[in-house]
Amino acid sequence: MRYAMAIDTLKCVGCSDCVVACQMENNVPIGFCRDWVTETVDGSYPNVEIELRSERCNHCDNSPCVRCCPTGASHIEDGGIVLVTHHKCIGCGACIQACPYEARYSHPEGYVDKCTFCIHRVRKGDKPACVAVCPTKCMYFGDLDDPNSEITNVLKNRKFKSLAPEAGTNPQIFYLI
Amino acid sequence: MQKPDSASEHINELVPMKTRRDFIKISALGLGAVALTAGSGRMGLGMPLFGKETGPDNEGDVLRRVPTYCEVCFWKCAGWAYVNSEGRIVKVIGNEDDPQCNGRLCPRGTGGVGMVYDEDRLKKPLIRVTENGKQTYREASWDEALEYIASKMKGISEKFGPESIALFNHGSAGHYFTHLLNAFGSSTVAAPSYAQCRGPREVGFETTFGSQVGSPEPTDIRDTRCMVLIGSHIGENMHNGQVQEMSDAIDKGAVIITVDPRLSTAASKSKYWLPIKPATDIALLLSWIHVLINDEIYNKEYVAMHATGFEELKAAVSKYTPEWAYGITTIEPELIRKTAKEMADAAPAVIVHPGRHVTWYGDDAQRSRAIALLNALLGSWGSRGGFFMKEGASIPEHHHPEYPKPSWSWPETLNGKYPYAKMSVTNAFIDASIASPENKHQIHGWIIAGTNLPMAIPLKSQMLKALEELDLVVVVDTMPTEVTGYADVILPECTYLERYDDLRDSPHRVPTVALRAPAIEPMYDSKPAWWIAKQIGEKLGLHAYFEYDDYKEVIDWQLNQMGSSLKELEKTGVIVFPRKKGSPYLDNSQPHAFTTASGKIELYSESLAAAGFDPVPVYTPHPEPEEGFYRLIYGRAPMHTFSRTANNPNLTDLMKENSVWVNPRVARLWDLENGAYTYLKNQDGVVSSFPVKVRITERIRWDSVYMVHGFGHSKKELSRAFGKGANDTELITNVMIDPMMGGTGMRGNFVTFVSNMDQNMKEVES
Repeated sequence: MRYAMAIDTLKCVGCSDCVVACQMENNVPIGFCRDWVTETVDGSYPNVEIELRSERCNHCDNSPCVRCCPTGASHIEDGGIVLVTHHKCIGCGACIQACPYEARYSHPEGYVDKCTFCIHRVRKGDKPACVAVCPTKCMYFGDLDDPNSEITNVLKNRKFKSLAPEAGTNPQIFYLI
Repeated sequence: MQKPDSASEHINELVPMKTRRDFIKISALGLGAVALTAGSGRMGLGMPLFGKETGPDNEGDVLRRVPTYCEVCFWKCAGWAYVNSEGRIVKVIGNEDDPQCNGRLCPRGTGGVGMVYDEDRLKKPLIRVTENGKQTYREASWDEALEYIASKMKGISEKFGPESIALFNHGSAGHYFTHLLNAFGSSTVAAPSYAQCRGPREVGFETTFGSQVGSPEPTDIRDTRCMVLIGSHIGENMHNGQVQEMSDAIDKGAVIITVDPRLSTAASKSKYWLPIKPATDIALLLSWIHVLINDEIYNKEYVAMHATGFEELKAAVSKYTPEWAYGITTIEPELIRKTAKEMADAAPAVIVHPGRHVTWYGDDAQRSRAIALLNALLGSWGSRGGFFMKEGASIPEHHHPEYPKPSWSWPETLNGKYPYAKMSVTNAFIDASIASPENKHQIHGWIIAGTNLPMAIPLKSQMLKALEELDLVVVVDTMPTEVTGYADVILPECTYLERYDDLRDSPHRVPTVALRAPAIEPMYDSKPAWWIAKQIGEKLGLHAYFEYDDYKEVIDWQLNQMGSSLKELEKTGVIVFPRKKGSPYLDNSQPHAFTTASGKIELYSESLAAAGFDPVPVYTPHPEPEEGFYRLIYGRAPMHTFSRTANNPNLTDLMKENSVWVNPRVARLWDLENGAYTYLKNQDGVVSSFPVKVRITERIRWDSVYMVHGFGHSKKELSRAFGKGANDTELITNVMIDPMMGGTGMRGNFVTFVSNMDQNMKEVES
């Protein structure tokens, strides 16, 4: 089992519904977020292109945040989901520095927090909150080890990229382009 | 004229002298105590306890779910409010059975909970009083506040007739106050959604097809092969069903053509982006019509079967070649031909989208008619992938005595102008509230429910004049918006997640109804609008019109008539009914009875010609900015609605201020830095109340600037929104009124940058 996410940049409108849905679902305090939207603009008027991306923890196979955690709070669950056990976290922030995607933040309650792929939902058979809410249906979530899963198919048939491949982290969020 | 404000203390007496209304800052009252004692959202007795329990959320709590439909915008998506064991709403999720949202709310709906838990909410009824010569508000009981309103209404009615009390409304509260005024003898009711928004397109389509577009739009985007957006920025305006279907259409390879001086999000998804020079859209539309006809690529069978006036249209557009349009629009002739061909190839599965906020240049009904003509030539009206024939649910009206017939109504406020206005015109109501020999009738009282007039209607100076003269101003709202500062009485309405409301009827491919039930009890001393209207009605002796104790009795009765019940809808939230009117598409093998004078689609309008308007739209050049000024274009952000969400804690967290988009060439000229703040000054010397952040971007033309509407709030009580960004409405002082229907064209305003306010003040002084 290998959970991953593919996000179609050709459909994403950057509305941030994924951000607020995550905040509500996971009780993320106002002023913080586990996912966010970026916009890049290329070219000059009127030959301009933009790319909108919903970003979050990449649940990397080779995750520097897990390697550098002194207490074992950052760990990898079944299915490759990178998690932080809040009560084990001492809030040292080493993982925040190690992450090439700036995906982690210090929760006001003293631990480090980030995207969990909504593991509490996924275990019940639901999609992560961001995927379930997206009005453009631009996000695909599933098991890459399952040859018949939607995400496997979408990655088979579409061109895609991942972020900061040079970091060597083997990220598991893919952007369809 | 200033006078001691005695009116509010002698409530049974109509004071002949006019009341001057100081704009009052509610925060001066020290409402902190109210905030502290405000109720929690805990469930009390008598609250519905239906809703299926869902599995534990991430904190192991058990959640109840209660059906609702969203009120953050007018799309009204059905959803479920989830309430935890402490009685707090933790999230709202879309209802999967609702074809309006398919289980997916937009960011505003997802963040709608923020409306409930915004600590800046209105909490107690407030009445304007004078203390030590200074006007202020004091807290009042509901009974006192409503008694005040009822006795004022009686006084105005005795002197001027009930018709002289007007309602301005938006959203669910409107119906109850309309019913109240109708029962009282007034049908002087208006909403900014017509003359400040979609009115022109309704006129443009009605004069062509005999039918208005209506809301939600019957655009068959799901199955379209080509969609043309003219200034419409789906994806930034989160009209949920349309956003979802546009995404489906992209998946299926539909061609999108976007006409916009700004690279909107939709433009960035488009095969063709036409970066048009602003204010020249009609020239482009006429040229497209010319190409379709001249190259004989229009839908000949459809036009022959359904339309009249083709030869007149052909003659009228013969001169509008793409070369002619190039010089006006800056869109290259080949691109005009190519995009016309794309539309023709996709026809009839093509949508030239009517847009929504279309009050731009004062000839908007004619521009909308040009869009309608283009759709007619392509055969898209009534075709799969074009426009379907929508059908609503027939919700029976709850019994009440017949309304008294008013001796005059909103058409009289037009003073003979705007003959194509099919709905009341807010700005005409404002004009009719100011004493003038032109006015046949004068309006003397306003009830304002759910609309923040100073940020919805331009021409604030006219509004202020009216407010000086009115004998009664009542505001019903959940938030201390700008308009509350002008009220005599402010009534705190509870939010949509705390009340029952009318069943939702959204005409679409299939009829549906959706239920809104309270997820929690009203917080603070807020009340549902139905309750407020009923109480005022009873104080006016109109008991017979309000024969229910709780509005859920009305809902249950209506549902029983429709073969369902409140109990059933509490479980499902939504009922989808089968269509009764047959196929949603026209049968093109036989004539269809269009509801125009000729019974056909009118490509040339005899009616318009007879009324002295152009029977076929013509292009009129509009004023251009002087050197150093840039056309002010405004639009929507996906996480905000109008000016009503700028204080919502969850949505403000996504976007707390707007920015002014400036092309890099312009930024260089003015030495503007990305992320720096500047004031804006318009052609009439009006300077924005607050500075706005500069966003330097290649996404905007060099002759225009762009900002998202709804920011720059001036009420300190809106603690998160106050002073954040610029308010486009205050910079819109040049308003071009549409002579056909009274719409307020707002895109003829030009701004420049004032980075140094001190220097500007010196200039003003000298």
